[in-house]
Amino acid sequence: MDVLVIAELLEGVARKTTHSAITFAKTVAEATGGAYDILSIGEGSAAAADELAKFGARKVITAEVDGGYLAESYAPTVAANAEGYAVLVATASAFGKDLLPRVAAKIGAGVAPDITGVNTDDGLSYHRPMYAGNVMGTMKVKTDVQVVTVRQSAFEPAAESGAASPVEAGATADRDNAGQIEAVGIEVVKSERPDLAAADVVVSGGRALKSSDNFKSVLEPLVDALGAAMGASRAACDAGYVSNDLQVGQTGKVVAPKLYIAVGISGAIQHLAGMKGSKTIVAINKDREAPIAQVADYFLVADLFDAVPEMTSAVDKLAKS
Amino acid sequence: MFDAEPFPEEEESEARLKILVPIKRVADPENANKVKVSADGTQVTSEGLEWAINPFDEWSLEAALRLTENRAEKKRTGEIIIVGIGPNDDGMMRTLRSALAKGAERGILVEADDASLDSSVVAKILAKIAEKESPDVVFLGKQTADGDSNVAGTITAEHLGWPLVNYATQITVADGGFTIKRELDTGVQTVSVKTPCVLTSSDRILHPSSVKNGITPDDFAYPESDHARTAPLRDIMKAKSKPFETITLDSLGIEAETTVEYTQFELPPARSGETTYVESVDELVQKLHGDAKVI
Ligand SMILES: Cc1cc2nc3c(=O)[nH]c(=O)nc-3n(C[C@H](O)[C@H](O)[C@H](O)COP(=O)(O)OP(=O)(O)OC[C@H]3O[C@@H](n4cnc5c(N)ncnc54)[C@H](O)[C@@H]3O)c2cc1C
Repeated sequence: MDVLVIAELLEGVARKTTHSAITFAKTVAEATGGAYDILSIGEGSAAAADELAKFGARKVITAEVDGGYLAESYAPTVAANAEGYAVLVATASAFGKDLLPRVAAKIGAGVAPDITGVNTDDGLSYHRPMYAGNVMGTMKVKTDVQVVTVRQSAFEPAAESGAASPVEAGATADRDNAGQIEAVGIEVVKSERPDLAAADVVVSGGRALKSSDNFKSVLEPLVDALGAAMGASRAACDAGYVSNDLQVGQTGKVVAPKLYIAVGISGAIQHLAGMKGSKTIVAINKDREAPIAQVADYFLVADLFDAVPEMTSAVDKLAKS
Repeated sequence: MFDAEPFPEEEESEARLKILVPIKRVADPENANKVKVSADGTQVTSEGLEWAINPFDEWSLEAALRLTENRAEKKRTGEIIIVGIGPNDDGMMRTLRSALAKGAERGILVEADDASLDSSVVAKILAKIAEKESPDVVFLGKQTADGDSNVAGTITAEHLGWPLVNYATQITVADGGFTIKRELDTGVQTVSVKTPCVLTSSDRILHPSSVKNGITPDDFAYPESDHARTAPLRDIMKAKSKPFETITLDSLGIEAETTVEYTQFELPPARSGETTYVESVDELVQKLHGDAKVI
């Protein structure tokens, strides 16, 4: 089965999210005797293609689409390049979740959304979490072409292959809904820290941090001492303590780091949906009975305003020893 | 809990927004860890759990209500049509009625067997109803709390050929449409969209300053703050007298052919191991370094 990976570009660079979709494509292509190609679509598609060419694809296809990201402008071009592929895949970031169903509807394909596993024994079947991660479903797509989005934390990022794939220009198509929808702009959130969805260590703060100043003065030193990514509960995002893109959970990012530290987070079912796949989970909470205990490997019952600064210096000391 | 009185309808208004709000009922999402799987693994069973409105639909309904009212004067200024799709049972009717009690003008139930539905069939149904009703907006939840698919809204837009804004977090009524901020993973994108369009919402849509319809004063402090309004019981009773239509898939001329098929369900493996309660930060750091070897 031939697979087309839809790369996610940001300012002319392929985002790391794409590497998980490539891993899926490689798995399916190898198991079924097919090949996989990568579509570099968006502004700066040629520059991004040079990077994407390092991942062992049969070819990398470029399609320059400008005017900012909108499914209305990308979907027709993806569809124009989709011919001949049995599977179209992207990572289930906001980009993938927004774009791929639109492409699927355009070409009459069914969608397997946000999958965490694929079985290639008898056609393709997919595993995916449902009910905020409390049920695992196995499903098949019945249409000739299958459209898939993969959960980033469930597919290891692909490694570079050492060879360069040929790059060719693909088809482009007129955008949909011209004059009806325009991308005005995007305030891109930049951070020097590791990407939340891909980090080895995540330190998340909850409502208990009480202010954005406390996130900065209390939590961030621990985040940086551990070289971690910072996350947050929805309550902390809603209150404006940190930006929304840091939300971990059913409606935020799903993470599965080696170490997840939940600081002043109760562990609501929707938060657990986004982190219970982590290898080691630590809770720092005043309340020994907080539901986060259901998934925590280590639980420190303490006031975070004492424990977190103490932990920061202990980690610093460890790094120096 | 905040009581929302259904407001009287305003007689004359220039641009009455008409919004279609699809609503799914789901097994109580706050107890999603109590759902079970049948012995043969072919079904998810939610016995013992109450039906509740899909919380993501509830957010969109709240935003739709804020778009179609003068909240300061407690007047409805537009029209909301609720659409339920599924079995005509108690849980469904209670869910739809409480949406009507919050202020929606009328309701439609498309009777269907849950098992015959997937995102693509749901999208076909919604597109058909939107063609019939010609609303300005179809405002869905971005996902359901059971299937977690995040697909139906987008396919609905494609079927209708309408523009779509997923994950709206701020909506301001503008000339012929809306200016919308929406949450992407990389930041907040601003888009301008004309009606008719399809929208879905994100968490922050419930913030008191997220919806500006040019009618309710911009600085109006919504008493619900970060929640959706709830309807008092007596209004749920009164909602029984609001216009309500029950229709079948046949009458819409839709063949329920799904594009995906679930073959098996299982409960995820429990996390192995017990919770170790540590006494001090030092002990925690030692354990993470020495035992778990993660720092
Ligand atoms: C449809 C839907 C989707 C949702 N999606 C998400 C999602 O994606 N992600 C998400 O996180 N939430 C989500 N939520 C919200 C979720 O239900 C909870 O409301 C939220 O996670 C609570 O955040 P919190 O743990 O920070 O706050 P709280 O529940 O208020 O918990 C605060 C915790 O801090 C502890 N604490 C207080 N003070 C201290 C102190 N000084 N030191 C140590 N501990 C202290 C308390 O004991 C408590 O356990 C969703 C809700 C709905 C309805």
